[in-house]
Amino acid sequence: MDSTFTEDQKTFAEATRAVLTGEVTAERIRQRWATPSGVDDALLEQIKGLGLNGMLVPEALGGLGLGQTDFVLMAQACGYVALPEPVAEQVTVVAPLLVDVVDRGLGDSSVQQVLDDLQSGSVRVAVAHPINPMVNFAESADWFLLGHGEALYLAAAEQVNLRPRKSVDPSRRLAEVNFDARDAHCLARGDVGAELWRATLNRGALCTAAQLVGLAEAMVDQTVRYTGDRQQFGRAVGANQAVKHLLADVAVQIEYAKPVIYRAAYTAEVSPDRADFAVSHAKVAAARAALLATRHCIQAHGAMGYTWECDLQIWVKRAWALAREWGDEGFHKNRIHEWLLRPNALLGPDFTFGRRSITDSSEALESMA
Amino acid sequence: MDLRYTDKQLQFRQEVRQWLEAHVPDRPLASFDTEEGFAAHRQWERTLAEGNWGMVTWPEAYGGRGCDLIEWLIFEEEYYRAGAPLRVNQNGIFLLGPTLMEYGTEAQKARFIPAMARGDEVWAQGWSEPNAGSDMAAIRCSAVRDGDEFVINGQKIWSTRAVYADWVFGLFRTDADSERHHGLSKILVPLNAEGVTVRPIPQLNGLPGFAEIFFDDVRVPDFNLLGGEGEGWRIAMATAGFERGLMLRSPARFQQASKRLVELYRSRQNELIDPSIEDAVLRCYMDAEAYALSTYQTASLLCGGGSIGAEASCNKIFWSELDLLIHETAMTLLGARAEIEPETEQDVAELGTWLDGYMFAQSGPIYAGTNEIQRNIIAERMLGMPRK
Repeated sequence: MDSTFTEDQKTFAEATRAVLTGEVTAERIRQRWATPSGVDDALLEQIKGLGLNGMLVPEALGGLGLGQTDFVLMAQACGYVALPEPVAEQVTVVAPLLVDVVDRGLGDSSVQQVLDDLQSGSVRVAVAHPINPMVNFAESADWFLLGHGEALYLAAAEQVNLRPRKSVDPSRRLAEVNFDARDAHCLARGDVGAELWRATLNRGALCTAAQLVGLAEAMVDQTVRYTGDRQQFGRAVGANQAVKHLLADVAVQIEYAKPVIYRAAYTAEVSPDRADFAVSHAKVAAARAALLATRHCIQAHGAMGYTWECDLQIWVKRAWALAREWGDEGFHKNRIHEWLLRPNALLGPDFTFGRRSITDSSEALESMA
Repeated sequence: MDLRYTDKQLQFRQEVRQWLEAHVPDRPLASFDTEEGFAAHRQWERTLAEGNWGMVTWPEAYGGRGCDLIEWLIFEEEYYRAGAPLRVNQNGIFLLGPTLMEYGTEAQKARFIPAMARGDEVWAQGWSEPNAGSDMAAIRCSAVRDGDEFVINGQKIWSTRAVYADWVFGLFRTDADSERHHGLSKILVPLNAEGVTVRPIPQLNGLPGFAEIFFDDVRVPDFNLLGGEGEGWRIAMATAGFERGLMLRSPARFQQASKRLVELYRSRQNELIDPSIEDAVLRCYMDAEAYALSTYQTASLLCGGGSIGAEASCNKIFWSELDLLIHETAMTLLGARAEIEPETEQDVAELGTWLDGYMFAQSGPIYAGTNEIQRNIIAERMLGMPRK
């Protein structure tokens, strides 16, 4: 039993965070807003060099063979800088779905080709999961993994119709994606399709949860700086208890969301078919922390917090969006509710990690699924 | 990250479970804030000590098992699962014990720890004074050196368990000219010493869970000074760290309570209930797990040689507000019957101990440093906001 990250994991995350913090500034995010694609191609080139896209792809398929636990701190770092491009999604959602398809021998050789190209950074792939009404950065995607009922399709960009939708967050580039299933390459349907979509949803929700907690941390840090500088009544605004307590409340929620997200990452990695509860818990906890951060940080900024000029809006609006992407509170709380009320659910202090462990498949554990 | 118990840990869990199943009293003991209940709880401490289960993290030489913190968490999970009695000597074993281990002389450890482990000496705590509550550095109760003795004069208040306990530990001002957190020392005082008067204070439930202690020329040998003279504040901060941190409120307590809450909710599903209850029940269960996961993370960190950072000050707010939410939710589920004080076995079966727990939960955000003080600590020490 060891709940800590390895030195390697921490070092890799720190290095990624350092690159991101240097390259993804509020100023450069605002520059993206003025461009049609909203993508910083130079940055994506640089990230390509970090080899992230193949991080969760098995070595046999050309990747690094790492797991969700290895990336979760980096997803958090992507949130911390409010990275607009869906880098974390490519790594933790798109690539693993393509791997699932290849592993099961579904589809033709084009899937392997898309996976290879994704890893080399020569193509971008978007996932249109049925739970998300819009797809972010659909216009810059070369390939689409599409849902229709339980079925999973692969289609090239020219095979889909996009209806752009404007997001409250100017960093996001949303579109509704429509396609004719007869033109697309069907990779899976029925139970297999449902299973792939369920695993994908869990990865998407986990990835979003990690980013949300990173966003919350960044909002608190910015607000601590602002209220430390801003003077009123002859002293820093942040010296007032009323302001301190607003931020302390957010800090507490962040502190207790993190271990929940890390357990979800571990569960999604070692026992993906039992990850529903852990992932939903993570998404709910992270959304709660991030949404509280949006409220309290705007408040502590005073009138500045309500301006376009104040960079806080970059993080606030992302949190508003991500809190509802990959399953909103209602979806995830309902999954938790269902899990808790199963007659044979393993509840109580001795089952935090399942019967013996999250991977334990002894019979009574089926209720953990 | 490896969230699997080792075979050794699983065996340990099994061993704890079997022992508890064989030894935990069938019926709940009376409250340890009654004379009869106190005696019964002291007896339970003796039973635990006989099986070497009194404080599993202590070295074997002191009646412990040398367990690490993960094993401690497993022990606590089993302890709450079994519904074992609350620890009447928690001030001793969880707060003073670890401090004695770290700051006590060999002679002091030999004198105090085994008696504490056996429940022969039950401890009360003496931090607060009438004018030193949240502002503990305002302590005035004095201990003046006279040869190889200290002469204590003054008053302590809100002293938990002091009514029936044998000893009290606390902070006393040993340097009359000192101010604030300087010149304080940690001294151990027998409550049967001449000049000690204990005046019980009934708590919200009517039972004397704490007391005022008056010291009138009370003489104790300087053997009872724990750590150096004037070192009291630093040592007290270490104790407060233990209190707010891992030991005093282990997550298992809240996980077990939230499990009972889920059961209560299930049993009431067909009645007309407040629609927001479902959300509260989920939140209680999730937050109790979050607290457990966070504690495992801290325990793993400490087992690997790391140390707790300022983020530990989040603990106390989280568990005390969770405890309130659990009990508030239960009260809502019980509806108009929530106010009934259980008297018969049938009452207990129907109403559980929720009312009692609800009253106790009111104290969580107050003791061990109010949550308002904790929020200041988080803002200033963890987030780095300006003190003034």
